[in-house]
Amino acid sequence: MLYNIFIDPFVQMAQMPDLLVQTLWEGLVSGVLYALIALGFVLIFKASGVFNFAQGIMVVFSALTLVGFYAKFSSWGFSGHVAAFLALLLAAGVMLVLAMLVERVVLRPLVNQPDIILFMATFGITYVLIGFGEIVFGGDPKQMIANELFLPSGAVDIEMLGGLVSLQRIDIAAAVIASLMIVGLALFFQKTRIGRALRAVADSHKAALSVGISLNQIWVIVWFAAGLVALVTGIMWGARSDVSFALEIVALKALPVLVLGGFTSVPGAIVGGLIIGIGEKLGEFYWGPLLGGGIESWLAYVIALLFLLYRPQGLFGDKIIERI
Amino acid sequence: MFYRETGQFKQSYAADSAVFPILQDRYGLAVIMAIAFVAIPLFGSEFLLASVMIPFLILSLGAIGLNILVGYTGLLSLGTAGFMGVGAYAAYKLSTLFPQVNILVWILCSGFFAAGIGVVFGLPSLRIKGFYLAVATLAAQFFLQWCFVRVAWLYNYNPSGAIEVPGRTLFGIAITGPMATPVNRYYVVLGVVVVMTLIASNIVHGRIGRTWMAVRDMDIAAQLMGIRLLPAKLLAFAVSSFYCGVAGALMVFLWLGAAEPSAFDIKLSFLLLFMVIIGGLGSLVGSFMGAALIHILPIFIRALPESLGLPVAAATVEHLTYLIVGALIIFFLIVEPHGLARLWQITKQKLRVWPFPY
Amino acid sequence: MSGAGEAKGETLLAVDGVSLAFGGVKAITNVSFDIRKGEIRAIIGPNGAGKTSMLNVVNGFYHPQQGQITYKGQTRSRMRPYRAASQGIARTFQNVALFRGMTTLDNIMVGRTLRMRRGLFWQMLRYGPAMQEEIAHRRVVEDIIDFLQIEAIRKTAVGKLPYGLQKRVELGRALAMEPELLLLDEPMAGMNMEEKEDMCRYILDLNRHFGTTIALIEHDIGVVMDLSDRVVVLEYGHKIADGTPEEVKADPKVIDAYLGVGH
Repeated sequence: MLYNIFIDPFVQMAQMPDLLVQTLWEGLVSGVLYALIALGFVLIFKASGVFNFAQGIMVVFSALTLVGFYAKFSSWGFSGHVAAFLALLLAAGVMLVLAMLVERVVLRPLVNQPDIILFMATFGITYVLIGFGEIVFGGDPKQMIANELFLPSGAVDIEMLGGLVSLQRIDIAAAVIASLMIVGLALFFQKTRIGRALRAVADSHKAALSVGISLNQIWVIVWFAAGLVALVTGIMWGARSDVSFALEIVALKALPVLVLGGFTSVPGAIVGGLIIGIGEKLGEFYWGPLLGGGIESWLAYVIALLFLLYRPQGLFGDKIIERI
Repeated sequence: MFYRETGQFKQSYAADSAVFPILQDRYGLAVIMAIAFVAIPLFGSEFLLASVMIPFLILSLGAIGLNILVGYTGLLSLGTAGFMGVGAYAAYKLSTLFPQVNILVWILCSGFFAAGIGVVFGLPSLRIKGFYLAVATLAAQFFLQWCFVRVAWLYNYNPSGAIEVPGRTLFGIAITGPMATPVNRYYVVLGVVVVMTLIASNIVHGRIGRTWMAVRDMDIAAQLMGIRLLPAKLLAFAVSSFYCGVAGALMVFLWLGAAEPSAFDIKLSFLLLFMVIIGGLGSLVGSFMGAALIHILPIFIRALPESLGLPVAAATVEHLTYLIVGALIIFFLIVEPHGLARLWQITKQKLRVWPFPY
Repeated sequence: MSGAGEAKGETLLAVDGVSLAFGGVKAITNVSFDIRKGEIRAIIGPNGAGKTSMLNVVNGFYHPQQGQITYKGQTRSRMRPYRAASQGIARTFQNVALFRGMTTLDNIMVGRTLRMRRGLFWQMLRYGPAMQEEIAHRRVVEDIIDFLQIEAIRKTAVGKLPYGLQKRVELGRALAMEPELLLLDEPMAGMNMEEKEDMCRYILDLNRHFGTTIALIEHDIGVVMDLSDRVVVLEYGHKIADGTPEEVKADPKVIDAYLGVGH
């Protein structure tokens, strides 16, 4: 028994290194996607202190909007690359409108309430988006317009370590695009005036107001940015598997990512995402069979739990020094 | 004017510490009891009993359990459904292993199993706080749900993976299984819920409740008063999970009659959390109000198109329900973040001074 | 006005060579002083001197890197909050750490928790032994409420009370623990003259009639001079003076640090 848990999996890893690399790659890819969802959380949390539970549904909703617009254009006889990018633009516009609505209807009235109230409000937003999305788009899975958006398909097969490692082109594209976006966002926060304002707002609403930062504008900007991140995530994820509301539950996996990476750290979201993604895949593949499989449903959370026991503030979070 | 409490003086500390010190409140409570125990079974339809009242009572019990954890002790938990499942499966195993023991005994015992699991998953709460604790409880939720699927022993190796409730009796009257009538089931559920609510009320109005609230409000100061945090938090997990476990067992045995593991998924955890937040954190009455709103509203929405004669597809009604519930959550949070219980208190305050404005 | 430095009794609390640092910030460096039973000891110093940190160390909330604490004859390198509370140390806080979700009465009743023994079983029943215990402790709490003259706000949620009353409720909560050593962190901050006089009266009553030893952080020099038996002066985490109020007032180091240079 002990052999099975502690020795055998590593033996398996060594015996078939190509399979190990494949699993690591799969883990990396899902890790990147988790990180993207977590990134949306981090953006909003950094700037408004709100834990946006609706980020997951925003991913689904934005993807559905994109596909929906394209379907509409197609039904008018207008399809192809131009139509796809136009649909992309419109979908981004919808996310802007959503950001403005959320700011106006939800955030402004609740501006000084404790965090848990705002957290619950994002639950409300989630349910509204689920209901609205289902009514407008219908619940059946849709196909992402990957080709039309110039996203590659097919696989790159690399012969290595005695076997074959197959990398999906779309996954490579996802990793590249995600990295670009993360770098862009990090620069945005550090270097630009608006980025600085966002950080100020994250620290203290009242102080930011008193130096003349318009909270409302900032919130719209940041929710729009999170919406764009959600849109890109939705495209990437939808290109790998179809777009459906089942994605919502997967989005919950971003929570362990945030726990590991800290709620306010962009690099933390990436590192956390990679740890969770890779850890999950390795765990499921090599240790999963011992427990009857399906441990992916909870492994990420248990990993996060164990990390939290060791470091209650997460890997990158600020150490909580309580002052009384 | 309707709610005047002038003239009601208390002459002993005991009287002053009563849970319902105001006479009008006591009358109100008596009326509610009368309606619950007499009027509803007598005049209510089977639909009312089976699909409205029984689920409402069971969900209220679960909401009370969650409220103890989140509202009174300030420990955010998203694993509620998992603990309810533990109670349900424990009751099922106990009842199928020892069918001669009365089912009510096993339902109440199942609470202890849930309490035990709750304590285990509550151990991290000493080191972990706030949202982080919520993520830790998610580990409990997903792990327990996985167990309900994978550990075939729990559902007696039934190939469908579901559990079906055997018929059981109380004093010779069938209360579970296909032979049990809604009225009988209703009385059993009502009895259990009333007794357990009473006990919960006693606990939260005494030393333990105060300790929990102290831990919630300022745990540092509580520690410096000599309150030990870990035992207090673990007790909260234990009692809360006990209530959730019993609610889960009642759910399977006296409401659904059967259960698949998906009955105890994360959606149920969220549902209970909404009930607690909208009803009012730290309020037992609020738990009932929240459960009533969240449970009855969708039924109402579903029934509305039919009664108005509008042809609306069932699926669309489902989606509309999500939409409306979501909007209502936001609405209530804006209007009264402290929940329906606070709204009720404000109403009582207005009734006190009516027809004057203040 | 106070006993001019005469020994009021044996040592109740002694801190010896205590040093406390947070990361790179040295809050307290090698501070030693004692508090004698039955006296009123003031701890004064400019902001950031480490006064509150010192109290936190005594309470066991912060653990010093060096040094020892001797309380009632037992020496330890670190105190634990539960032990401090159960051995009779109570305190109030600079920023009023009341339990905001509860009423005045409930807040003060929490101070009785250590002495309430009835377990979960009796609490579930409520009527019976648990109720008797509740009433007995309620009587004690009502005495405290009388003493502090806060009867009218018994059932008010403390979050709604004005600052001065909140401080009084916090004092009541500390008193509910029947402490032998009472640590008061700026009990008169933000109070007007009348409120300060009330608070001084309470403190003196506690010390004179109930024999409570009191350690007091305070900025109002007049209060310190009038109330305290002995004074400790801290500056940037170091002790710079220790003695009777008159001695400390005349000490040139204290004058430079605290009362202004160039006198």
